[in-house]
Amino acid sequence: MAELLDMISADIRYIDGLKACMNCGVCTAICPAAEFYNYDPRDVCNTLMSKDEVAIAELLKTDKIWHCGQCLSCKTRCPRGNVPGLLISLLREVSIRMGYFTESEEGRRQYAIKKTLGEHIVDSGYCVHVMHVKPHLHPEQGPVWEWYFKNSEEVADRQGGNYNKEGSGALRKISEESLKDLRKIFEVTGGKDFFEQIDRQSKKKASELKKNITDNVDDNEYFYHVYREKNETQE
Amino acid sequence: MKKQYWTEYESKVADDHYYYERSCIRQSFFTGSEEVFINIVRDLLGKDIADDMNLHTCSGIGYYSGVVPLDTTMTVVARLFALMTEAGYKNFVPSCITSFGLVNEVVDMWHHFPEKLEQIRGYLKEANGKEFDVPENIAHPCDIIYKYRKELKEKMKYSLTNVHTGKPLKVVEHIGCHYAKIFPRQVKGGAEFPQVLVGMIQEWGGEVVDYPERRHCCGFGFSQYMVLANRGYSAANSKKKLESMQPFKPDFILANCPGCTMFMDRWQYTIAETEGITYGENGMGIPVLTYEELAAILLGYNPWDVGLQTHQVQVEPLLDKMGIKYDPKDKYVGKSGAFLGEPEKPTHLKVKAYE
Ligand code: SF4
Ligand code: SF4
Repeated sequence: MAELLDMISADIRYIDGLKACMNCGVCTAICPAAEFYNYDPRDVCNTLMSKDEVAIAELLKTDKIWHCGQCLSCKTRCPRGNVPGLLISLLREVSIRMGYFTESEEGRRQYAIKKTLGEHIVDSGYCVHVMHVKPHLHPEQGPVWEWYFKNSEEVADRQGGNYNKEGSGALRKISEESLKDLRKIFEVTGGKDFFEQIDRQSKKKASELKKNITDNVDDNEYFYHVYREKNETQE
Repeated sequence: MKKQYWTEYESKVADDHYYYERSCIRQSFFTGSEEVFINIVRDLLGKDIADDMNLHTCSGIGYYSGVVPLDTTMTVVARLFALMTEAGYKNFVPSCITSFGLVNEVVDMWHHFPEKLEQIRGYLKEANGKEFDVPENIAHPCDIIYKYRKELKEKMKYSLTNVHTGKPLKVVEHIGCHYAKIFPRQVKGGAEFPQVLVGMIQEWGGEVVDYPERRHCCGFGFSQYMVLANRGYSAANSKKKLESMQPFKPDFILANCPGCTMFMDRWQYTIAETEGITYGENGMGIPVLTYEELAAILLGYNPWDVGLQTHQVQVEPLLDKMGIKYDPKDKYVGKSGAFLGEPEKPTHLKVKAYE
């Protein structure tokens, strides 16, 4: 357990993000996530300041740390210079490293985000690219997006793009050299291990929940479960 | 009264020799905006700007969504800086507001924790055999357009005036959270009264709308939007803003973040589909533009070459108010000159007034 506190207190986001919280609640007042969810950034600061390992481990297993929208509005406002959003970023990383994230419905969604956004980074060199925003996963994008998606090269290149082709320009194909370098960065800095940890823990949880999990997104029952279902009652 | 709170602007925007870092979101959703920006800087302002084919994502959306660890993201950013250094540039210009916030945050952390910078230098050397300089200047493209707004005005064919009434157009400005809220002191007007879009709107003849939820987040929420189950968070935030601005009858919304621009456009469609509510005139939406698109149409670019046909909220009523001529038959034509067919019509959000 001491491992948990050590991991947190050694991180620059902890040193930078938590001075002494005076519990004024200004961050909670400005926080858009606190408006929408049962979430309170002040509470997160409190739990961290308590240095109570059991309470912190519990927090890492709840939905709460996944509710923040990372807008960092709290950074602007805190009179003490704390940054709850930065602490959340750290707590999420630790929750994944410790394997706690699959204990909450919201935490389990990291698998879907890794399968889409995370893998896109190393496979294509883009976090998001037209080809990733598939209309069946993004009904909210509407019919004009469907039209763009269907005619992407024609529409992108009319606007001066260089759709999936070599060279420079918008939406170009990322060079093999850059992709090779990006993958190597993920290997050397622990990004690859982090992805593998998300997969490993998610596979365990999928088997507990009796959901089929495959490498593919299309026939992956667990993926769709964590991507779109919201059935359990959240605290 | 407000003016007394405004801090003096110390311009930190370099004059020339920009290293442009493309944005995943802007390239995907506002493809024409990046091309217009390069064109304006290079051809209209006569500046040097690099468009490096070796660039890649900054990984910022992955970091803020919690699937990429901090050290990995810092090293990805370091590789972008290495590419800038190799190309002989010092002024880093990230097109995305997420990137802008991220690179400022990373550089600030390195400043406070030099041992972290050394660790990342080691990682990049080991992974890619590369070295890098930290940029001398980091500016967002909107800062550059703002800086040269007067020069651009002289070249503009149109202004933000309603040609039917002669009155200034009413414009809502939306600033991405990661532009002014992370490091408010770097921005003229700080987090409360950022000047960058206000300055463009006023210089180009428009009137800025002040409304209660002006500084509220659009609701992207990174991981919140990335899964279908939590997109309600994102839509609810934009809805709050749209409801708050609607009574002021804005002619359009101007944003400096490509994510915010896209969300405020698309959520108007979703809200109309699910609740039958629309926020513009005659059952239409409120058009949402990037600042590059706005500069382009005022300068006389063909709106369909800039990408205005890729918006879900239709822009023709705005173009009509501004007296901008366009060819409706050219709207859905691709690069090859072929007609690509028309998108389907939404159920509630009108694509033509009085249809
Ligand atoms: S970063 Fe998170 S905790 Fe901070 S204001 Fe935004 S949503 Fe709230
Ligand atoms: S605004 Fe700062 S001091 Fe106040 S409760 Fe939030 S973190 Fe603590």
